[in-house]
Amino acid sequence: MTDFPSPDPAADGFPGPRRRAFLAAAAGVTAATGLVLAGCGTGSGSSGSGGGSPRRGGRLRAAFAGGGASETLDPHLGNLFADAARAKALYDKLADCGTDMAARPRLAAKWEPNDTLDRWRITLRKATFHDGRPVTAEDVLYSYRRIADPKKAYRAKASLEPIDLAASRAVSPDTVEFRLKRPTAEFPNVLAAFGAYIIPKDTTTADLAKPVGSGPFRFVSFAPGRSCVVKRNDAYWDGAPHLDELEFVVANEESARVNALLGGQVEYAHELNPTTARAHEGKGQIEIVRLRNSAMQSFAMKTDRAPFDDPRVREAFFLIADRKELVDGALSGAGEIGNDLFGKGYEYYAGDLPQRHQDLDRARHLLKQAGAEDLRITLDTSPVAAGFTEAAGIFRDQAAKAGVTVRVRSGSKDSYWSDILDGGTLCCYRSGAMPIESHISQRLLSDSTTNATKWHHKDFDALYQQAQSTKDKKERAAVYGRMQRRLYTEGGFLVWGFADWIVGTSRRVHGVAHDAPANTLDWARFDKVWLA
Amino acid sequence: MTGGVVGDSVGTAEALGAAEVVPSRTARARSVPAALLRSWLARRVLLGVAQTAAVVLLVFALTEALPGDAAVALAGDQPDPARIAAIRTELGLDRPAAERFADWVLGLLHGDLGTSLASGRPVATYLADGFGPTLLLAALTVVLLVPAGVGLGVLAARRAGSLADRLVSSATLAVYAVPEFALGVLLVTLFALRLGWLPPTAVGFGGDLLAHPAVLVLPVLVLLSRPVCSISRLVRAGMIDALRSPYVRQATRYGLSTARVRYLHALPNALAPAAQQLARTVDWLLCGVIVVEALFVIPGLGTVLMNAVAERDVPVVQGLAVVFGVIAVVLNLGADLVARRLAPRAGVAA
Repeated sequence: MTDFPSPDPAADGFPGPRRRAFLAAAAGVTAATGLVLAGCGTGSGSSGSGGGSPRRGGRLRAAFAGGGASETLDPHLGNLFADAARAKALYDKLADCGTDMAARPRLAAKWEPNDTLDRWRITLRKATFHDGRPVTAEDVLYSYRRIADPKKAYRAKASLEPIDLAASRAVSPDTVEFRLKRPTAEFPNVLAAFGAYIIPKDTTTADLAKPVGSGPFRFVSFAPGRSCVVKRNDAYWDGAPHLDELEFVVANEESARVNALLGGQVEYAHELNPTTARAHEGKGQIEIVRLRNSAMQSFAMKTDRAPFDDPRVREAFFLIADRKELVDGALSGAGEIGNDLFGKGYEYYAGDLPQRHQDLDRARHLLKQAGAEDLRITLDTSPVAAGFTEAAGIFRDQAAKAGVTVRVRSGSKDSYWSDILDGGTLCCYRSGAMPIESHISQRLLSDSTTNATKWHHKDFDALYQQAQSTKDKKERAAVYGRMQRRLYTEGGFLVWGFADWIVGTSRRVHGVAHDAPANTLDWARFDKVWLA
Repeated sequence: MTGGVVGDSVGTAEALGAAEVVPSRTARARSVPAALLRSWLARRVLLGVAQTAAVVLLVFALTEALPGDAAVALAGDQPDPARIAAIRTELGLDRPAAERFADWVLGLLHGDLGTSLASGRPVATYLADGFGPTLLLAALTVVLLVPAGVGLGVLAARRAGSLADRLVSSATLAVYAVPEFALGVLLVTLFALRLGWLPPTAVGFGGDLLAHPAVLVLPVLVLLSRPVCSISRLVRAGMIDALRSPYVRQATRYGLSTARVRYLHALPNALAPAAQQLARTVDWLLCGVIVVEALFVIPGLGTVLMNAVAERDVPVVQGLAVVFGVIAVVLNLGADLVARRLAPRAGVAA
């Protein structure tokens, strides 16, 4: 895996520069008229598995790859898995993603939209910050306005874009009314956005060095790039954690995380290699937890330029890929094959479409039809993510069998994502877990900010708007189905697999969720974990 | 990074082989006039400052030449061009490179190393935090390295071709050939995971390594491995050369005891090249040993450097360049002074 901190592959929104004092957002709150509210919220918040009845007490040490001396505790700035895990221990969001990526209520007890889906009333549950103050509607608005500060570049800013924050208001201490710029049926996804944590009103950036949140753990100490210690919050609204204390330690080298786990220096090691997992799985020394469907693996074709402006060439490439070989080779078998669609196993996933298989004859035929025989093409890759360079090499060989000459070009890992956004024609691409709706809005609309396949189709944009304006879930699912069929037929993402995210734990550790993709609520969630 | 800076002392080390007749170490050292030494020192310090400045300028130019900048690195896998532009403006990266460099130099003249682009924290705190673990590792390594390296070298040189010599020579050659990473993995697997004698990493102890001395054993062993070999081999070669030299034969003919000839006359000449090798080793140790830091999770200067380069955190990289440059210059100056003292004729070569 990556030796050094890599940007979180899974997050939506954008990372911001981690500096400068925070300028308080103007607190102008305009009045809103009465609303007809309808019920919508569902879900519960339990996690964990097996191991008998939980035992209270103990200190758990969890090793993550981290960001070195530049790490921050500002929950709105976090980019890395380590940042997200720390923020989750200290803070809460209004909602968070379940294992199928559907939003589940957290600090929000329920959410109710109006009929046109552009006003949402959020009722907060009774929760308190670590200093005893209750979590109120004002805190929510303050947090969101901080994230959306136009002068800043906080990561969740783009996710909160649908909200008209100037017009949103606190109806009562426990009720927020969000006014949206347009109908947004999937508004709960916004509340669950990566980094959309609730901090107390009037918290300054300096205050965030000593975090006061509403999360399951209270802050004890922090040394950037080394360690962060938190302790149980007995007053946590979702039940006090079992652990007395939790320490996040940073070890960027995968072998160091494994060794620390094997040597009993940590009880939880995040992000292990598939080969490590195979070596220790079932050997009884440590537990290996495979979080399925955590990272989409794909090749992104730029659909606005030759040769991929011809849908027949794109289809030919879909048919060139031997997905099993890619998963076995590039992911060491730690994953499942993909079907050219994002979000296998997630809510709204079009699982009814037939699985695509390699068909070199048909691929050759399609290329010939498109006048693209003896095609030569450059495939951009980089050591930025595990399996990228391997996948590129395997695909080069597969393409050769269809008469396509692929030249693999390896780029800098520090600027890879920026380089491939507009440059090149074909590149390795991956994404962490997020709702299918977020994947579409961030990557597949004409005005999407990271549209790496250059998928610009007005009718597709219109379908997205239609889905967001459709209140009935079944009807909405049907629209998502249509959009995915289109992508399956002629989209720009050749999704060949979904990688497991691999976590190792000591045998004393119980209550670690086995079915939560990275970045979902139950991933790296330590309030339900206990030590035997 | 500092390879260019230390290069100039190599000539000194090689020139030592030419030393033939050295009647008395102390008499010879006194014969160098103090004024000459002072002007030599002044020249060396000036040269050092110029070298450090050149390194910093080069590092800045190279970091600028890398694809992407701090804004691109911060944007990561969500490279929205508008957002990157906003970050760039906020960080002042949209200003011309020359202007940014001049600003930084101006700050440096006032003792201000600037602030990190990635975190907004002062660069000085990065250096201070990383220097502690690095210095501790380096100090422990050197304290063990000098007796071990010299001892093995002398042992081997006492009778060239003897069993002891062949054992030491082949062992040092073999260990020298093992890359640090491989040796580290081997030692961790054996002593930490199989035998359970020592902790495999220093994870979580970064700020307080001295309180957990057991975590330092394996890293120091890995750090020692190659320098012990190179220094003992240098000492051995120097000793053998010196023992065969006419002045030693002359000293023996005067009836001086073997021990006296060996340790007071031959050894100092053999130590001069070793001193300079030692300086290079210390330089290497202090500039952050990335492999060992990563393997054992020790957050020293090497880790700071790796992260800063990945984040294109130019002020931190430049701060490190200054520190590394100064370290290299000071160490080489010290080594040359020691070498002059041990084998003064070489001084003319510096």
